[in-house]
Amino acid sequence: MTAWLGWIPALPLFSSLVLLLVGGRLGQRLVTLLGVGSVLGSALLSGLLIADFLAEGAAVTTRQLPWLSSMGLEVAFGLYFDGLSAVMLGVITGVGLLIHLYSAAYMAGDEGYARFFGYLNLFVGAMLLLVLADDFLLLYLGWEGVGLCSFLLIGFWYREPANGYAARKAFVVTRVGDIALAVALLIMIQQFGTLHIQTVIERAQLQWLGSDWSFWVALLLLGGAVGKSAQLPLQTWLPDAMAGPTPVSALIHAATMVTAGVYLIARTQGIFLLAPRIMELVALVGALTLFLAACSALVQHDLKRVLAYSTISQIGYMFFALGAGAFSAAIFHLMTHAFFKALLFLAAGQVILSLHHEQDLRRMGGLLRRLPFSALCFAIGCAALAALPLTSGFYSKDAILLQAYGLHGGSLAWWLALAGAAVTALYSLRLFLKLFFGEAVTEPSPDMRPTLVVPLALLCLLALFGALIPQPLGAVFAPLAATEVPAAVHGAILIMPWLGLVTGVLLWRYGRGFRQRWSDSALARSWRAGWGFDALYDGLLVQPLLLLARLNRKDLADRPVQFVAWLSARGHAWLSVTQNGRLRRYAAGIALGAVLVLTVVTL
Amino acid sequence: MSLVLLILIPLLGALLVWLAERWRTGFSRVLSLAVLGLDALLLLPLPHQAPAGELWWLQFRADWLPNLGIGWHFALDGLSALLLWLTLFIGALSVLVSWREIDQRVGFFHCNLLLSVAGIIGVFTALDLFVFFVFWELMLIPMVLLIAIWGHENRRYAAIKFFIFTQASSLLMLVAILGLVFMQYGQTGVMSFDYEDLLRLQLAPTPAFWLMLGFFVAFAVKLPMVPLHTWLPDAHTEAPTAGSVLLAAILLKTGAYGLLRFALPLFPAASADFAPLAMGLGALGVLYGAKLAFAQHDIKRLVAYTSVSHMGFVLLGIYAMNDLALQGALMQMLAHGLSTAALFIIVGMLYARWHTRDLRQLGGLWSLLPRLSGFTLLFALASLGLPGLANFMAEFLILAGAFQRDWPITLVAMLGLVGAALYALLLVQRSLWGATVPDAKVHDCSPREWSVLASLAVLLLLFGLHPQPVLDLVQRPVAAILAEPPAPNPGGTEPLLQRASMERLP
Repeated sequence: MTAWLGWIPALPLFSSLVLLLVGGRLGQRLVTLLGVGSVLGSALLSGLLIADFLAEGAAVTTRQLPWLSSMGLEVAFGLYFDGLSAVMLGVITGVGLLIHLYSAAYMAGDEGYARFFGYLNLFVGAMLLLVLADDFLLLYLGWEGVGLCSFLLIGFWYREPANGYAARKAFVVTRVGDIALAVALLIMIQQFGTLHIQTVIERAQLQWLGSDWSFWVALLLLGGAVGKSAQLPLQTWLPDAMAGPTPVSALIHAATMVTAGVYLIARTQGIFLLAPRIMELVALVGALTLFLAACSALVQHDLKRVLAYSTISQIGYMFFALGAGAFSAAIFHLMTHAFFKALLFLAAGQVILSLHHEQDLRRMGGLLRRLPFSALCFAIGCAALAALPLTSGFYSKDAILLQAYGLHGGSLAWWLALAGAAVTALYSLRLFLKLFFGEAVTEPSPDMRPTLVVPLALLCLLALFGALIPQPLGAVFAPLAATEVPAAVHGAILIMPWLGLVTGVLLWRYGRGFRQRWSDSALARSWRAGWGFDALYDGLLVQPLLLLARLNRKDLADRPVQFVAWLSARGHAWLSVTQNGRLRRYAAGIALGAVLVLTVVTL
Repeated sequence: MSLVLLILIPLLGALLVWLAERWRTGFSRVLSLAVLGLDALLLLPLPHQAPAGELWWLQFRADWLPNLGIGWHFALDGLSALLLWLTLFIGALSVLVSWREIDQRVGFFHCNLLLSVAGIIGVFTALDLFVFFVFWELMLIPMVLLIAIWGHENRRYAAIKFFIFTQASSLLMLVAILGLVFMQYGQTGVMSFDYEDLLRLQLAPTPAFWLMLGFFVAFAVKLPMVPLHTWLPDAHTEAPTAGSVLLAAILLKTGAYGLLRFALPLFPAASADFAPLAMGLGALGVLYGAKLAFAQHDIKRLVAYTSVSHMGFVLLGIYAMNDLALQGALMQMLAHGLSTAALFIIVGMLYARWHTRDLRQLGGLWSLLPRLSGFTLLFALASLGLPGLANFMAEFLILAGAFQRDWPITLVAMLGLVGAALYALLLVQRSLWGATVPDAKVHDCSPREWSVLASLAVLLLLFGLHPQPVLDLVQRPVAAILAEPPAPNPGGTEPLLQRASMERLP
């Protein structure tokens, strides 16, 4: 079965190559066949491999194709498949396939249809390489590759300049994180002379115990992870990334790429466990992010921005879990979040289409009867997001909070995560109410497009029952010691979402005046602007850079050269005065010179 | 003998091409391609003639001025061969991209182009320092003419600036060469300009430092190194497309080649002392070039400044003085040659269609020229160092090597990767995306244009995914360059060397 592993990323990569090279000349039907078919192929192969893996349960490595071998560094293309890869593979190809199916209908008729599927397949291929890579350099290739696809797809509708800016911002901000990751790689080369992931981790555990190297490398890996996963302090790009087509937001900016940071930390947990201080930092970053982003999600006016902030917040939960040491809970939440967030995004896409590309929540409302299927999807998605019982989100979030408490007790990060659960329920309810209740503002066209219904229905099922899917992570992460969690704590975890919901209902019913005042308050405005991070970076980095660029457009280093040129031109002008051909001047010059010489000589 | 033929063919071909144009219009283009092709055919079997394990594949020696110790000494190793391949390939592309662009004094244009190529081949193979200097000058004059005659509006200024910069710096090199030879004469009583004789010379630290500096400055101007780079944006921008391509892809490499072939092996200790400063200047160049590229409105000037940034990596890699970094630097020379040539070619194609290089007047090209836009995107990505393309491989190796030598400077240089993302994506965003330019009556790539760009794209991808042939080719020369252990200079700059080690990182 392992011989087939290489085909899983190869199929979408090959298809993207074809689509990007000659896609414009293929008909829409053929493009769909290639674009969706290749991901279907990958999904089927992944399914077979995962089934095989569940039966046998041993990690496998493919044959290594040499990439480069130089003095002191050997790098090969090789794939590694274990329980963690299996989960990621399932999420990427499974959710990816549903989103591809959805896209075939959503993007139908767009002039860039082939280009869209070319990019989307390239993304899937790169993402699969990222999670299957046996070598950090191959992982880095996938890492930058998904960043590139994210850039291309955010700017997919390239005629609108704002999309271009959002795309560039996303790439540049994540590249800051990528550099941290690259430095971590350089340290590994310097220390071990290899980038083979398993070897590096093994050697690190042998040699870095008690040394500061693990601290720095873990910190740098975290730097890469916060960039790609839009966590503090590099979270600012994700809300703007919503400029891309909605299926892209669902696939790249909710279900898969933005969870790459979580995957990276989980994959290199062997290094992180050597650096307890960094583990604490991971948990704190996650907790702060999840809380700040949840607050921002509460006050957004744009439907997709609500979901974007919600994604940042939910990934914050995963980081919090990683930092607490609850690795399998983090991956569990990664999977369930992929289900319900993809569902929410795709349902949002359907609403947006029905409302003729309206995204502003203030111009929506009362859609319950007009878009019943979308309402159902949103109801399930929001319930899972709010972690209401019996949905997949309930089990994963419960696992995170319980295990984190069991490991560290009630730290500051834990209390933030607990409070975040209430805020999450509150903004989920707000979103649902704003969309489907209240007064109708815009008249929608019907939502039951059959091609859109199938993937949505499947995602509904996954969002509800996805928690039942087994996660073969036993061999990847050390099992957690069973700890007693006080019943009161467990009760608090269970109650939090309901607290948010009840608050929401009360506010909706009786607090109209308050909501109005709150929405215009300074605090809400600051939350809406993402706590002012954008303004901060703009003032601190962007404007100074632009100013520098403007001031020194003509290259200061050229000034001395220009001065020399100017000086010789002047000198030329002065000296040429002595040879202007006027006899009188010459005579005067000779006379003056003679007088001067005589004076000097006689004195 | 085939080494001499390698130089003689383009040299004589240059005259022939000039005459051929009088005989029939357009004949010089075909003939130039034939001359370069013949040269390539000659080069093709040479690796197989190489004696196993030897550094030099083949050598040629003949007397010229025996009294002065000057002789025709040429030799070829993996390093030279790599650069010769690049030269011939880029030379052929230069002919192809001038096919429509150059329509005046066509014969003389190709004569200059081939003369320049001949000079460059001489530079890459000469092992007698006097002969090297002759070829160093020979490649320059036709290049100045290419800019001054066929360039854009401000060509005179750019050509004179280019000429003065390189002349002034090569004067320094001449002084250094003479100084070196006189030292050798003083020690052995025999005058010789021969590389292998001079390699054996033992120098006291102080004269070694000053002589090294003479070589360094000459090569650093060519490279170019900040702050001696200011000739480059003008020369690149004002030159015709073929001139920009030749300049960026090959002429800059002669500077790096000089550092590798002469500055490092002739003055190992002085170079080692100087290395931290040179690495710092390399990192400075990476950042400063990126910053200036980001600020430009003229698309050709933008590409020109990216060269400053990329060649900063080369300088960083060369003076890191270890295997990884040196192999990376050579890879970067190749990758930068291909990707920057491609970007200049694209700028030329855009100029041919719109007669502007101003990014503010371009935009939305994707909907008009999907194929050309796809290529532009690919080469911009190569320029920003996307993994999978050759430039990434090169920069990664350089950084991996340099990091082991001096990690703080390497970290500074790595900030240039963000800068690269800024300027490369700005280029994409401003030219390909956005509102469409009004004048839409243009055609996409012609088959000639398409094949030129596709060949460059394939090579970049190939070396990005399979860099091993290049690394194998240069492995032996790199080992030879590093062979002499950089003996620590007693007294002198000892603390600098210590700073360069990794120990400061906890």
